Amino acid sequence: MLRLVVDLNRCQGYAQCAFLAPEVFAMHGDEGLLYDPQAQDAHRARVAQAVAACPVQAILVDELDMAATAPGAPGGAAPAAGEASDA
Amino acid sequence: MPDTATDRLKADGRIVVVGASLAGLRGAETLREKGFKGSLTMIGDEPHEPYDRPPLSKQALLGMGSAERTALPRRRDIDAEWRLGVAASGLDMAARRVRLADGDEVPYDRLLIATGVRARPWPNQAEGELDGVFVLRTREDGAALARRLNAGPRRVLVIGAGFTGSEIASACRERGVEVTVAERADAPLVGALGGVIGAVAAELHRENGVDLRTGVMVTALEGDATGRVRAAHFSDSTSLECDVVVVSLGAQRNTEWLSGSGLGAGPRGIACDAGCRAFDIRGIVTDDIFVAGDVARSPHPLFGYQFLSLEHWGNAVSQAETAAHNMLSESTERRPHIWVPAFWSSQFGVSIKSVGVPSMGTEIMITQGSRAERRFTGVYGYQGRVIGAVTFDNSRWLQFYQQQIEATAPFPPPFPTVDRRPEGQKPLPADFPDPSLPTHGPTVTLSGYSPADRRMTFHPAGH
Amino acid sequence: MKQGILSDILDYANRANPYPLYEELRKTPVFHDGEGPYVISTYYDIQSLLHDPRLSSEARNLAASAGDPLAEGEDEGAAALPPSFLKLDPPEHDRLRRMTNRPFGPPHSPHRIDDMREDLHGIVGNLIDNLGDPGNIDLVDQFAYPFPVTMICRLLGVPREDEPRFHVWADTLAASLDPDPGADPKERDKTTHDARMELGMYLAGLIEERRKNPGEDMLSQLAVGHGQDETMSTMELLSTAALLLIAGHETTVNLITNGMLTLLRNPDVLRQLRETPGLAVPMVEELLRFEPPVQLLPQRTPLVDIEVRGVTIPKGSSMWLVLASGNRDPNRFENPDRFDPYRKDIQHLGLGSGIHSCFGAPLARLEAQLALTELARRLENPRLIEDPPPYRQNAVLRGPRHLRITCDGVRPA
Repeated sequence: MLRLVVDLNRCQGYAQCAFLAPEVFAMHGDEGLLYDPQAQDAHRARVAQAVAACPVQAILVDELDMAATAPGAPGGAAPAAGEASDA
Repeated sequence: MPDTATDRLKADGRIVVVGASLAGLRGAETLREKGFKGSLTMIGDEPHEPYDRPPLSKQALLGMGSAERTALPRRRDIDAEWRLGVAASGLDMAARRVRLADGDEVPYDRLLIATGVRARPWPNQAEGELDGVFVLRTREDGAALARRLNAGPRRVLVIGAGFTGSEIASACRERGVEVTVAERADAPLVGALGGVIGAVAAELHRENGVDLRTGVMVTALEGDATGRVRAAHFSDSTSLECDVVVVSLGAQRNTEWLSGSGLGAGPRGIACDAGCRAFDIRGIVTDDIFVAGDVARSPHPLFGYQFLSLEHWGNAVSQAETAAHNMLSESTERRPHIWVPAFWSSQFGVSIKSVGVPSMGTEIMITQGSRAERRFTGVYGYQGRVIGAVTFDNSRWLQFYQQQIEATAPFPPPFPTVDRRPEGQKPLPADFPDPSLPTHGPTVTLSGYSPADRRMTFHPAGH
Repeated sequence: MKQGILSDILDYANRANPYPLYEELRKTPVFHDGEGPYVISTYYDIQSLLHDPRLSSEARNLAASAGDPLAEGEDEGAAALPPSFLKLDPPEHDRLRRMTNRPFGPPHSPHRIDDMREDLHGIVGNLIDNLGDPGNIDLVDQFAYPFPVTMICRLLGVPREDEPRFHVWADTLAASLDPDPGADPKERDKTTHDARMELGMYLAGLIEERRKNPGEDMLSQLAVGHGQDETMSTMELLSTAALLLIAGHETTVNLITNGMLTLLRNPDVLRQLRETPGLAVPMVEELLRFEPPVQLLPQRTPLVDIEVRGVTIPKGSSMWLVLASGNRDPNRFENPDRFDPYRKDIQHLGLGSGIHSCFGAPLARLEAQLALTELARRLENPRLIEDPPPYRQNAVLRGPRHLRITCDGVRPA
């Protein structure tokens, strides 16, 4: 499991996460965002893409969960992606 | 400057955090990040590690994720001793000890209080205990309500149309569940956003098939022979059959455990200075007790240094970070907590966001967009300056208005904007209800200038 | 006439490295030379102005005397097609963008881009397989251009075989954004106008056909407009389609090319990418900061006199927001001139921000991530043949015209 939280004060509905990881993030209307606060392991690489792409850096992924992501996992989760989340 | 008191505290001091939710966790993480190497104890009355609450009234009810799985992600390992499932029951300020409900005592050198709030229960206890009557604050509340919605109730009654109540109603409609919302005021959200915006919210409810009843109170809940709720009775003498009732009447601050401790704590929260240091009951600031999150009330320079209580997710994070920084700092290095209030809600497919303190506003101007289209920006004015703003599906403009609030810019805004409509040519009365009437929902409470909450001392809380 | 630093920025001789000029520009955060545009070059000012509702993107709000070299060329072509949402304010902007998004992304089409991942893989693999002589590759003509063009054609439903026709129009229209009108401005205006007309007529024919025989592509769905409570007029649809086709053409090619150029200049990072493909994800964000394909946004004007850093910018003035300069602002980014894909703090301006932020961003991200990952993985010991490479003329949509590289071989897929 991969724990995550979105700072919805920062979120402005750019929807990059919902494009790149639609299993975890979904737009609710034009601007609202819903997400699964515990993504499945299978979606790690997608979540890493969403975290990096967020234009307002609003997605926080658990540092410890992310560190456990093996480099070269399917789709290749980025080692730096978890770090990129703590803006 | 080796070996100052602060250095010693950082090296092998004892810090206790009471309250293991968002503010407590982020505070603890910040302490470690700032180099605190001593012992850290996290005390929480709930048996769970820190979890996020906003999803409980949204995703968890819509089946995207579950109420049991909203544990907060960690920014770092905090290496703490966790005392979960046991509430703090008392504080000895002189001996610097926190008493626990199981009789244990935990000594501290610095204390961070982040005990938050709980749901205001239905005032009639027997009615509140009927099967099918819920509040929504904890993971268990969320899971139980989600289960009941999954079972396909005939009709849900939501009592109180603040943000949480409105989100629950929205989730019900999205799932095709019939729902009635009863609100004492004239419209939803009026306490937080005023009557002009409340009218838009009321239309949203009705367009989405909510049976919205305003200007009424629920006077009684009625159970059947097996103890299940079956009906509600209203102040207008009508009644309604319903098999689920969600009581959404706002929150109460968890300060009772501090009763008699000498700390400046009461039903309005725990008073602290801009540096998050708690006041004692005499109005003297303490040096070792800090407060953060929903339970805190602290003075804000942008709003006339009145004490503000904010039930806002972002405030919990920011205030906890500031408190943790200040706990480990010499007085000259301390920072003030000057976060501009901000919150969001998602209901009926509309993203509602706000900055500043709309409820201080006497006027509102729709500077962009249109209420009829449910896409607009409203700016609140108070004594000729911009004091707050709200957006419905217009959040990309909000930071501009936040800057206006921070700059105490004049109201009404003396400039044109893109998307200005005829309705945005001049301000309207913001139409907030009488502030002496309590309102629901995560919003801002202004509570004057006194650090002591004497009502606690002389009039213990009760219904 | 433009003087000093602005003309230096537009000067083709500085195309390969405008960043020292931007550094100079940031010393005067609101730069104005008397008759030209007001040029904003620092991160926080740009960020703030992109969310400022007193700024318009509509050319009609520009005072006639604004003297913007970027605006002149464009007005001429405007008669052919109405402005696209790029050059409109709300509510028109919001309405058109919302309708365009309907067949493109969430909430209504959340899987459209995600479902293209396999296609993207296939096209990239195919292009790399067919690079030919590994000793002499033009990465622009053989890869970075055909890849996004193929994808935008598939997405929109434009026949790939028509590419030689609309390539010319797209190039002409992109070149019209260049502030330097060249030797004969009148001739350029006429060429631009003609290209706009011809592209419009081409797309009109295509849309007509899609209306009769709709497919799953975006043009069909926009043309049919089913399930929408709002509809686009035919002219709006033409403008929107032209915008998507040109933008889908002219920006990602630069992102990919700038990316490969940067990697070849930083062989350590190239090696790390080969070893850890996931590095492409944060790397593309750093690339959007370090070498953004759109260097500046020229189409903003204030609806009222506004004050920025104590300078009054009069109503109707032309403003440039130099994104590429904000991205190198040392007050925002530590070591801004260092390319560091491990950078933690990477909230760049490369795709804009606010209501006009890049519409195609998710597709551009996926394309660039995949392209760079696969090039790093499959090219053996790639090197630049010339550095700097020859650039396109355009100072706004900046990127190499050719990127000639050599390598020891191409690894099998």
